[in-house]
Amino acid sequence: MAIRSKIFCETYHEDIKLLNTYWSKAWMGLFIIGLFILPFLGDTYMVYMVNLCCIATVAAVGLNLLTGFTGQISLGHAAFLAIGAYTGTILSEGLNMPFWVTVPAGGLVAAAAGILVGIPCLRLKGLYLAMATMSFGVMVEYVLITLKGVTGGERGMYMPEVDVFGMVLNTDESIYYFLLVITAIMIVAAKNIVRTRVGRAFVAVRDRDIAAEVMGVNLTLYKVMAFALSSFYAGVAGVMYAYVMGHIHPEHFTMLHSVEYLAMIIVGGLGSILGSIFGAIFIVVIPEFIKILAQTIEEAIPAMAGKYDDEWNIAAFGLLIMLFLIFEPGGLNSIWQRLKIGFKNWPFTY
Amino acid sequence: MAQLEIQDLTLNFGGITALSGVAFNVQQGDIHALIGPNGAGKTSLFNVISGIYRPSQGQAVFEGNILNKTSPHRIAAMGVARTFQNIELFQHMSVIDNLLLGRHLHMGTGILSGAMFYGKALREEVRNRLRVEEIIDFLEIEKVRKKPVGSLPYGVQKRVEIGRALANDPRILLLDEPVAGMNVEETEDIARFVLDVKEELGITILMVEHDMGVVMDIADRVTVLDFGILIADGTPSQVQANPKVIEAYLGEGDEEQWNVN
Ligand SMILES: Nc1ncnc2c1ncn2[C@@H]1O[C@H](COP(=O)(O)OP(=O)(O)OP(=O)(O)O)[C@@H](O)[C@H]1O
Ligand SMILES: [Mg+2]
Repeated sequence: MAIRSKIFCETYHEDIKLLNTYWSKAWMGLFIIGLFILPFLGDTYMVYMVNLCCIATVAAVGLNLLTGFTGQISLGHAAFLAIGAYTGTILSEGLNMPFWVTVPAGGLVAAAAGILVGIPCLRLKGLYLAMATMSFGVMVEYVLITLKGVTGGERGMYMPEVDVFGMVLNTDESIYYFLLVITAIMIVAAKNIVRTRVGRAFVAVRDRDIAAEVMGVNLTLYKVMAFALSSFYAGVAGVMYAYVMGHIHPEHFTMLHSVEYLAMIIVGGLGSILGSIFGAIFIVVIPEFIKILAQTIEEAIPAMAGKYDDEWNIAAFGLLIMLFLIFEPGGLNSIWQRLKIGFKNWPFTY
Repeated sequence: MAQLEIQDLTLNFGGITALSGVAFNVQQGDIHALIGPNGAGKTSLFNVISGIYRPSQGQAVFEGNILNKTSPHRIAAMGVARTFQNIELFQHMSVIDNLLLGRHLHMGTGILSGAMFYGKALREEVRNRLRVEEIIDFLEIEKVRKKPVGSLPYGVQKRVEIGRALANDPRILLLDEPVAGMNVEETEDIARFVLDVKEELGITILMVEHDMGVVMDIADRVTVLDFGILIADGTPSQVQANPKVIEAYLGEGDEEQWNVN
């Protein structure tokens, strides 16, 4: 058997596969094994961080489908997470529903809300759309606080632990696998959607809406569909969040959070699923890094002791994002793509 | 009955009358050229046919269906495809994806089946890819098929745009200045493709073109607009001899452009 060091396809089916070289399959296999043994290597805190990354990834992939792929900006993404989180919690706490009802239901209710927001926003673009979605976010926040009977108002709600067919996932390590599976399904689904008919229509609407319509794409339908799909992802992420935290509160879903999701896809790379993952991890993990770095400095240099607080963290974080926008507008994804070209045929470089 | 009937079409933009009572027919299987000086209303007429503009009066009827009461995507579904004067490709998509988007109406994969990408969705993707590859071969753009169109030279992009329109398997193809800005060789290539589209695929062509050499060579029929008014409609030789047409072009100082032969 000849060693294939270059991508060479004999059928169109082979050409459109996601992992089309032996090496990309091998790397992916190693990566998955690494994820599965992670709880045995790292401490609980690290697993908890990865759990947060999973939630952020699902939310960021959803926002990227709407903003990066279809070109519709949203400053209300956190509101859809809230709708998913509260739906899941109400179903689980009040009606004792299992996870395989709460997770899709959280997604579907958020998707329905997405359609309701998407329809009046059809004619809005750019800043106007940003304002409209932001107002929606503020409205949802207000409703969550005022509708005390249903949402618990300022006190929030408690989400029971996940029960996977009799197995109660009550530690960060056990819920980790649960989140990993959902995240993997959501990523593969998004990857597949963007490389088939619907995804092409999304990008066409973003690049040239009139030409897309003249080629047969129903603009109204696809714009609303992007809102629904994006909100579905947000809703699922919301239910995941509720399960991990065990407690949800209106303050977990503010406009600041929406901005954070936007930062994830910008830093990661607009219009890229992989970029959404990179961006989500970056935005979740970097503040922790900054904190650890600051603590190390405080310990090493006595004069710096007590100088660090959370405000510093936010400022450093903001600076990092600004540098990103200036020096790498394509986001982490474009850095990755450049690295990949270097490694394309590794270990057979020529 | 003609395949496409333009009936008493009037289009106003505020104070400007872009089209005024324009009426002519396009016969099935013809290469029909639409000519006229700059600002004559040619592109506006295309935009009315494809549903982007609503006329203030009159209508365009394609195979018995009134076009300008429906939205552009429904008109595309009736078998009308077009290219644009200023290329309107999806810049960030590859050539293949642009053409696959052109097959949007021939595919049925939705969010759910697409997300799974298995069975029907996968077969549909491969089947339509085959058709797209046929068109890519036909237009001789095999070498760039995986490149993002934004990175391609102008002449190639023009070709890709024709490919995207052809991917829709239309019954009429509207081309807005397909050879504008091209050199002699590229122009000859496009003229040959247009003839092939007519002869091999049997698709009717309505073509706006300023290059009179091309028009006189390949058109079966020519319609001339000037300031939104139809001033001539006939065979190339009839139109060429029409004094009104000569005057319209002379008035613009375009006599060289006109007297090619
Ligand atoms: N969207 C619009 N708004 C206002 N006026 C317009 C619009 N589109 C076209 N016009 C006007 O309508 C008239 C006809 O324009 P059109 O683009 O149809 O001409 P054309 O024959 O295609 O010219 P060219 O050969 O330069 O492409 C022009 O006076 C133009 O300024
Ligand atoms: Mg024009």
